[in-house]
Amino acid sequence: MQFDLSLILSGKYHDWLLSGLGVSLALTGITLLLALPLAIAIALCRLAPIKPLNWLALAYVETIRNIPLLAHLLFWYFGAPELLPDNIKEWLYSGNIEAISAVAGLTFYTAAYMSEDIRSGIRGIPVQQIEAARAIGFGFMATMRLVILPQALRITIPPLISQTLNLWKNTSIATVIGVAELMYQAQKVETDSFRSTEAFAFATASYLGVSLVITLLAALYHHRYPVRNV
Amino acid sequence: MLDLIHDYWLYFLIGQYPNGPFGGLGLTLVLATSGLLLSLPLGLIFGIARISPFRIIRWPITALVYLVRGTPLLMVIFWAYFFLPSITGHKTDQITTMLTALVIFDGVYLAEIVRAGILGLPKGQLECARSLGLGYFEAMRFIILPQALRSMLPSLVNQFISTIKETSLGYIIGLTEVSFIASQINTQVLTKSTQVYFILGLTYFVLCFSLSRFAYWLEKALQRTRSQKAAA
Repeated sequence: MQFDLSLILSGKYHDWLLSGLGVSLALTGITLLLALPLAIAIALCRLAPIKPLNWLALAYVETIRNIPLLAHLLFWYFGAPELLPDNIKEWLYSGNIEAISAVAGLTFYTAAYMSEDIRSGIRGIPVQQIEAARAIGFGFMATMRLVILPQALRITIPPLISQTLNLWKNTSIATVIGVAELMYQAQKVETDSFRSTEAFAFATASYLGVSLVITLLAALYHHRYPVRNV
Repeated sequence: MLDLIHDYWLYFLIGQYPNGPFGGLGLTLVLATSGLLLSLPLGLIFGIARISPFRIIRWPITALVYLVRGTPLLMVIFWAYFFLPSITGHKTDQITTMLTALVIFDGVYLAEIVRAGILGLPKGQLECARSLGLGYFEAMRFIILPQALRSMLPSLVNQFISTIKETSLGYIIGLTEVSFIASQINTQVLTKSTQVYFILGLTYFVLCFSLSRFAYWLEKALQRTRSQKAAA
């Protein structure tokens, strides 16, 4: 069978694949927006001067990181809705429950990894900075917000960008619970036309292309804002 | 939950074996172990090629590393699933497909671990070995690799954890590993989805968490012997 480029450049299959790419990008974007604040909150919990909060955050991070994303998504799709009250469940099932489960799973998963990066960023700031801020009368939250986080985020951006890259690749797993993202559409084209080479070539090129853009962003950031020694 | 475990524990652990295909947690472990073991030599070769002084070796492997690291594992699995049969000429079973995808994927990630392990050594080690008259390969084999592999051990355990988690993707091509079996149980029981997937999560957690503690301990132990040596 010849490689038919026109198949993925125009027509029905092109539209399917392109809409899949759009859904994948949207999944990445929404998850990123939700996961970042959550990750900062978890990182702060891990460092806060309150022991039970530390343990709770540590338990969260370890639980998430030691279970594969696929099991997370299966849980959020099949398991979690069962726990909800009936009226919310009905509302969920009438909407796009696949996408909601995927965003929930991906957000909690990504936030755990990002929180570790943010935490090590914060710990990269010399402890004297905290002590000095506390000594002149800032509380824990004010110290974090005004002194530590602005410095820490600068160190943290490169690992966060590479977590975004992981997130982009992880969205492919959402196909398992039937989210119509890129991998799902590629499979659909394959079943419909038996044109697996073309469909997978499109998907691979898209994943690679976006990955490359993200990698370039990281390199650009590194060039523009090299890590300063505090 | 207890009756769920009571009814299905054997199915969960080994699938339908011996009356059907081997599966469950057993298959997950077998796949992860053989995947890592088979990808080790590949990772070693790729890793050395990545820092080879010869461009003709370094560039293609670097390109391959970037190619695979920019694509999701699922994509690699699909390529293997659809194209292994046309390359080998006969039907490939799911285990072979998954193993092939895992070996390629892990090989590339291991290459980066090997590379970091080698680059982490003082540069003088290679220079010293070369000036003593050892060839490049001899220097690698007798001087560099034995030291690099030692410091790589904790990363290898972590890679094993990743591999265990990666095997869950076999679910998509119908491989009867533990996630797939859990879904089968879920379809049979129907009413206890939350519990079934909770047990699945717990299983992965116990497995991976204890391994990650082991990696941590290993790292500390290696550090200790190193500082003892430095002191002596």
